[in-house]
Amino acid sequence: MESLIMILIGVLVTVGTYLILSRNLIRVILGTAVLSHAVHLLILTMGGLKKGVVPLLSQSEGPFTDALPQALILTAIVISFATTAFLLVLAYRTYKTNGSDDLQELRGMSDE
Amino acid sequence: MNNLLVLPLIIPIITAVILVFLREQVILQRIISIVTMVFISIISFLLLNTVQTEGILRLDFSGWLPPFGILFVGDSFSIILVLTASIITSICLLYAFSTIGDRHEKMFFYPFVLFLIAGVNGSFLTGDIFNLFVCFEVMLLASYVLVALGGRKKQLRESLKYVLINVVASWMFLIALAFLYGTVKTLNMAHIAVRVAEAGQDPLLTTVAILFLVVFSLKAGLLLFFWLPGSYSVPPTVVQALFAALLTKVGIYALIRTFTLMFPLNQDVTHTIIGVMAGITLIAGCMGALAGRDIYTIATYNVIIGVGFILIGLAVGTEASLTGAIYYLIHDMLAKALLFLLVGMVFFVSGESIVKKMNGLIQNYPLFGWIYFLVMLALAGIPPLSGFMGKVLIGQGAIETGSYVLLALSFASSIIVLYSLLRIFLASFFGESTISFEDRKPIPKGAYLAFVLLAISIVYVGVGAESIAIYVKDAARTLMNPSIYIDAILKG
Repeated sequence: MESLIMILIGVLVTVGTYLILSRNLIRVILGTAVLSHAVHLLILTMGGLKKGVVPLLSQSEGPFTDALPQALILTAIVISFATTAFLLVLAYRTYKTNGSDDLQELRGMSDE
Repeated sequence: MNNLLVLPLIIPIITAVILVFLREQVILQRIISIVTMVFISIISFLLLNTVQTEGILRLDFSGWLPPFGILFVGDSFSIILVLTASIITSICLLYAFSTIGDRHEKMFFYPFVLFLIAGVNGSFLTGDIFNLFVCFEVMLLASYVLVALGGRKKQLRESLKYVLINVVASWMFLIALAFLYGTVKTLNMAHIAVRVAEAGQDPLLTTVAILFLVVFSLKAGLLLFFWLPGSYSVPPTVVQALFAALLTKVGIYALIRTFTLMFPLNQDVTHTIIGVMAGITLIAGCMGALAGRDIYTIATYNVIIGVGFILIGLAVGTEASLTGAIYYLIHDMLAKALLFLLVGMVFFVSGESIVKKMNGLIQNYPLFGWIYFLVMLALAGIPPLSGFMGKVLIGQGAIETGSYVLLALSFASSIIVLYSLLRIFLASFFGESTISFEDRKPIPKGAYLAFVLLAISIVYVGVGAESIAIYVKDAARTLMNPSIYIDAILKG
């Protein structure tokens, strides 16, 4: 199971990297979103996929599953959600003000 | 007992939320934000003295004992930085009152500065590596907004790149965290240090350490500084000063903490890489500062030179060099804040940023000109001022370990710093002014107050180096002997 997930993470990272390297701004932002999904899966896999029971000390007997990665992912998801939302707004404003969503044209000139 | 420790994080957040509701009451916003920052400065000064008498402070949230819960740790190093950051923010706020303008003030400028400082203080104080990530993000989100606030064409364009670079860096931070958790199964920094020491730092852990090095280098501007000159030159002056003083320093703090506490075992690999990176950063920063034609470029490349210099202290890794690195860190925060405020004011009064197109500023603004002269001498490391102690001690450390290349680079960089700033001084401040004294654009009183306060701090850190020596020495001692930190957390 772990190997399968690792392959999936690899695929997601590939897709994300490809999107980030493109010139279109929206694709870049989608790329960052895909990358963050990949890393969330990585954290989950690193903690060990489901091996034991729910970690409720008085109600079940061990071995317990490590619950910490899920707490970490939850935090990371919220953060990446906020960042992506902010990025989308920023991209929209940049498009409106600069009149382009092509990163090649947003490079900035030295003679400004 | 140590509940004071959480105040530098929680108070700015609470007041920032309150300020959001006071959008139209600009005066009230000003009062509340400055009172908050002064209050935090006092608190952190009290904490710093408590650390000297009681040893390292610790606050376990909701009573979860380490290594299980999240905790805040206050050792001398973190609290010195919290104190310096809070003082600088207070002074920058004073400058902002008279210069930032109504438009920014009504668009939540003060709340975001407070969120920024909350993230910065949190990053300094936390003892949990995932919590460090969260505090980084709090700080970064606030900084994204501050870069873009104002919405000029150039600003939006540069802020987009700044945000994208940092999103990718945060992604790499998470990868490093995932592998670290997979290997040592803990997130408490002291506990990681114990586990790493037990396992012996094997190649896998060294790789994780290098991944952290890449992440923090991106934040600190160590070698990977390609994003820095662009995004530091677009926001308003106060924001530039805050960024130059605080943001890269959080990266430096994280680097020092990581490689003295968590991964100190394989120094042949990690510290050599840091040394090489710091050396190249110095060279590249000097080239940028020499080639720059406008004041903003010269100032931003000076930030990069500062980063390289401090990390030579880490790469050398003796007690003397770390003491020097801490001294220099304090000096660099103060001096870079002042440098950026001055550079912004040059642009404000002359409307020009190309060095050769201005002259005679000192005739119309004598005090302003001499404060620039002072900060220039401080950055070059002239004795009674703040940069001197740091430079001498880092040099001493480099000689002790025989790192003569780094020694030569660091002292050569001082000369380049002096030259690049002296060029501005000679071309823009000296000479005949084309504007008569009566027609000059006045500098706001609040700005003068900020300049003078920062200048006094720089002189104090230099002349009064003896009086802050107890704190700095204690900080360096804890960094050199990670067992003090680990025992305070896991055995206390």
